[in-house]
Amino acid sequence: MMLHELSLTELTAKLAAKEVSAREAMQACLDRIDAVDGSINAFMSIDREDALGQAAAADERLAKGTTHTEQPLLGVPISLKDIFCVKDQPANCSSKILGNFRSPYDGTVVQKLREAGAVIFGRVNMDEFAMGSSTENSAFGPTGNPWDAERVPGGSSGGCAAAVSAQECFGSIGTDTGGSIRQPAALCGCVGIKPTYGRVSRYGVVAFASSLDQVGPMGKTVRDTATLLDAIAGHDPRDSTSVPTDVPDYAAGLEGDIKGIKLGLPKEYLGEGIEPEVRAAFEAAVQQYESLGAEIEEVSLPHAEYGVATYYILATAEASANLARFDGIRYCDRVEGDDPFSLYCNTRGAGFGEEVKRRIILGTYVLSSGYYDAYYIRAQKVRTLIKRDFDQALEKVDALITPTVPYTAFKAGEKTGDPLQMYLSDIYTISCNLAGTCGISVPCGFTNDPKLPVGLQLLGKPFGEQELLKIAHAYEQSTPWHNERAAL
Amino acid sequence: MSDSEFDIKYVANLARIALTPEEEARLGSQLGDILGYVKKLEELDVSDVEPMAHAVPLDNVLRADEVQPSITSEEALANAPKKANGLFVVPKIVE
Repeated sequence: MMLHELSLTELTAKLAAKEVSAREAMQACLDRIDAVDGSINAFMSIDREDALGQAAAADERLAKGTTHTEQPLLGVPISLKDIFCVKDQPANCSSKILGNFRSPYDGTVVQKLREAGAVIFGRVNMDEFAMGSSTENSAFGPTGNPWDAERVPGGSSGGCAAAVSAQECFGSIGTDTGGSIRQPAALCGCVGIKPTYGRVSRYGVVAFASSLDQVGPMGKTVRDTATLLDAIAGHDPRDSTSVPTDVPDYAAGLEGDIKGIKLGLPKEYLGEGIEPEVRAAFEAAVQQYESLGAEIEEVSLPHAEYGVATYYILATAEASANLARFDGIRYCDRVEGDDPFSLYCNTRGAGFGEEVKRRIILGTYVLSSGYYDAYYIRAQKVRTLIKRDFDQALEKVDALITPTVPYTAFKAGEKTGDPLQMYLSDIYTISCNLAGTCGISVPCGFTNDPKLPVGLQLLGKPFGEQELLKIAHAYEQSTPWHNERAAL
Repeated sequence: MSDSEFDIKYVANLARIALTPEEEARLGSQLGDILGYVKKLEELDVSDVEPMAHAVPLDNVLRADEVQPSITSEEALANAPKKANGLFVVPKIVE
């Protein structure tokens, strides 16, 4: 087995046993990227010298006897979505507007990964400012799906999912505002978890929609993903929305049977619009859970159909405020004007891509005088109804089970002309962010021709990541899907 | 409201984004479609429902009023498009 083919968990075992060095692991990723990234374009930039330097430092610590109990990610190469602040490294959010920006500090997630010993390397592609579902909205060119480079990897964390599935790194950290971790994980055939709002600090993460954004890991297996979540979860005084509750040991809590566990099947999610092969894979997954001893119960989320509309009012409103900071004064590639007003307009007109402009303008509109109550406040009220649906459903069952996306990876360019159709690809993932709970996507099969991955989504109780990961792990370990790799 | 009321020039101006005439035409019509879709929310009676701003009810999160380390002014200015004498340079605001 080649080094890049190992799971994160297998790699740490080999690092601990001194069978491989961190430098070899890092080099294996760089070699893999050189071999395959030309066809998928997951990585935007890599500071090779810095990466190998971090790996050499990890090897020194390993030689001095530091264990993976002390630093669970010691020597493990991890890539980051281009939205995280890493000191002295670029953070472009796949936008032209940030120019040669370099972060003056490490964000909390980066700091925590460093404390866990990870080798943080590479900026992976995304939809500009995390706005999109296909990683086509990138000023640095689109990313291809490792299973078929002519298809999209999903988005907005498409670079993370593609890099993990193409085995270019041992894990990746993304963000999820309406499905941006789970949807690409499903379309690329890897695991991605969106933790509960407040579980992971957002300090040092460029904000899109502050009441919905959450950071989360993506990995080859549930165990890899749990290990990464262990490293990054927890309260942070520098993020006032992070919640001061204890963080369980997720990786340690994965084993054990799930007999008697109750899974709720939201009847509203299984109407029209699901590709037949996705439905078949999903139904087989439900049966698999039954054979593992889970009880399946139909539940209702009566306001599910309002999720996408609610989201596109609230997320764009918040984005219009958050992205006001990109004005060409403190950072950004400035386009001059005679006065500050024209400087702002010129800088933003030239720097933002079309989807970002569309969303900022929509968000500005729904917050503008005369429309604020009709759109923004109404959407906030519908959000209350959606959250109530989730609370009620999750009172009866331990988790909800749904497909992650109604279809498999679509062809590049297929939906770019029709933003509304693109927005609807998040139909199963979006309500989880509105309700603020946690969700995970795991591979649950493939379509036949072409062979494309299908994702299964599980939605858990707020701060119920441990239970959710355990339920996902039991399924994964009883099925062969996580062992399948894209031929690149 | 009817979609024709959507004044793309006016809203783009509020958002401080300069658009080309082609962008105005394309975005204006796409935003009309999207607004048509989100009208769906009018089907619901929400008169007795409280609006929700956040999923996790945390209020008045304060920290002790103590000086904490932060980045230096040099670091803060490092990404500035224009700077002089330790300050950001902007076009003249007051005549």
